[in-house]
Amino acid sequence: MEILSGLFNGFSIALQPLNLLWCFAGVFLGTVVGIMPGLGPAATIAMLLPLTFGMPPTSGLIMLAGIYYGAKYGGSTTAILLNVPGESASVVTCLDGYQMARNGRAGAALGIAAISSFVAGTVGVLGLMLLAPPLAKIALSFSSPEYFALMILGLAMVVLLAGDSMIKALLAMLFGLWIASMGIDLFTDASRFTFGSAELLDGIDFVVVAIGIFALGEVFANMEMQGGASLLPVPKGMRELLPTMAELKACRFAFFNGSVVGFIIGVLPGAGSTIASFISYGLEKAVSKHPEKFGTGVPEGVAAPEGANNSETGGALVPLLTLGIPGSGTTAILLAAFVLWGLRPGPLMIQDNPELFWGLVASMYVGNVMLLILNLPLIPLFAQILKLREYILYPIIFGISIVGIYTSSSSFFDCWMLSLFGLLGYLMRRLDYPTAPLILGLVLGDSMERALRQSLMMSQGDLSILYHRPIAATLLFISLLLVCLPLFRNFNQWRIRAIEDNG
Amino acid sequence: MLSNKRSMLINGNFISGLVLAALGSYIFTQALNWDYMTIEGPGPGFFPYWYGLAMVFLSLLLVASAILEARTSENPKTVNWSEVGRALSAWLLFSLSVFLMKYLGFLIVLSALTWFVIKFMYQQNQKIAITTAVGISVGFYFIFAYALQLNLPVGPLGL
Repeated sequence: MEILSGLFNGFSIALQPLNLLWCFAGVFLGTVVGIMPGLGPAATIAMLLPLTFGMPPTSGLIMLAGIYYGAKYGGSTTAILLNVPGESASVVTCLDGYQMARNGRAGAALGIAAISSFVAGTVGVLGLMLLAPPLAKIALSFSSPEYFALMILGLAMVVLLAGDSMIKALLAMLFGLWIASMGIDLFTDASRFTFGSAELLDGIDFVVVAIGIFALGEVFANMEMQGGASLLPVPKGMRELLPTMAELKACRFAFFNGSVVGFIIGVLPGAGSTIASFISYGLEKAVSKHPEKFGTGVPEGVAAPEGANNSETGGALVPLLTLGIPGSGTTAILLAAFVLWGLRPGPLMIQDNPELFWGLVASMYVGNVMLLILNLPLIPLFAQILKLREYILYPIIFGISIVGIYTSSSSFFDCWMLSLFGLLGYLMRRLDYPTAPLILGLVLGDSMERALRQSLMMSQGDLSILYHRPIAATLLFISLLLVCLPLFRNFNQWRIRAIEDNG
Repeated sequence: MLSNKRSMLINGNFISGLVLAALGSYIFTQALNWDYMTIEGPGPGFFPYWYGLAMVFLSLLLVASAILEARTSENPKTVNWSEVGRALSAWLLFSLSVFLMKYLGFLIVLSALTWFVIKFMYQQNQKIAITTAVGISVGFYFIFAYALQLNLPVGPLGL
């Protein structure tokens, strides 16, 4: 009852014309800026934060929440259309989203991303509203061994991203781990694999690697033949551009999977939307009736990671609003905004500032609806990009990649790195190395090493700390099951063949 | 036998396996220079030690499987070097553009890159090449520099 009256109060605030306008402005600006590669939600909110300084806190927060949602959705647009991941969590969307675009289903992929974002965003808000306090307590019970086990679960997804050769997938993952260890070791200040370069002391930015390998690698591979990459098919008419009922039906589990996985991982401080999208994609593939089709352009391969990416937004707000702990770069900037307005998020937030909390929750519902209304009509417009001839499209991708990297770091060195990773991406395609495991290793490497070392520090070198705690043990057991999955499949295929031969 | 040897040499798995084995060895030997364990727990050498070792092991496995494949394969894969050459030319062109961007600015370099791709790599006529090159640069200027107020690398002409 308390929740219902709070929500009613929240809607009365969020639906005020001025707040609706700020919410729309936030969603629109977030989507536009979020499309830019390299500018993820954290950078977009940081860039647009000054716009909210003159507003009342509730209106400002409503706009920032809109920007958060919009930026998350914007990142998937270039991933689907150009294979350029706008932010780290969109990398997984590239795997099937871009393939859908190549198969003439760009509009459907964008539509599924929008619908999945809407469903998952709504689930995320429901979770934030109903489960925030108990979940925040569970999140606090996550310590280094549990985080290490979670990272291992993430790395176990390599089994599902492997493609034809498991050895090559594992090698790509190890290469990603190597890149992740470049720079200064946070525990001892030792510089590792920097080759004497001052620029490498901070390590290599994830976006540089992702754009180089996915976008530039793809372009170089397509440029092998003059006219080799023919125009991508773009169906005519709104009806043909949107997802079909069959595609939506195929995604029904993916919507649910992405929403739940994204929210749960979002609640854990430091886990982030990238691991959420990888895990939901892996889970979707693991339970799919046709796992072999993943990576060729299946709608579930877009729905699951996109859902996880958006639902994570609601989850990430749980520790921020209930405990005052920012679990990611984006929520850290939101915390800064709270402090600027003289507010202090924490256990008493709902009690002390009910209009702000419920106004934010209600505006997230409204923002989700706005995101859907705003983006579905824009799909035909975005899909027109694919009608460009390849000799026009490729220089545009070159330009967007450089702008994305340069504007986020103002560093020519990063542009050089971009070029190097573009070459690596091309060679990986040429030599049939899967690219997703490299990204997986890169994303998880640093966090995994930190969690492992912290765990072993806690236990003074005793490895049993990693599997004696119940949550960690469960996660490690699931990881082991995942790693054994191909063995079970091979054994089953061998068994069926043996039965058929005998028959 | 000769064709098998040749196919093995040009077999990407064999070469990439060797390169990765060398990288794994480098990572492993570097890790030996850092503390494996400290009083507080694992040192900076702990993690690279293990993944370097795993990289060496897996890449040697890849090399071995490539040798076996080359021996048993009846139709060895061949490489179309002209295709590879085109892709590598595109990469070189991109790298050259990144180098020149510092001196000439983003918009001029993007125009030149677009013109080169259209005129020489896709062999379109001069009119299309110039119009598209200028059009794309102007579009980038209006969207990124003017509307979004982003800082792009600027050359001596202020572009």
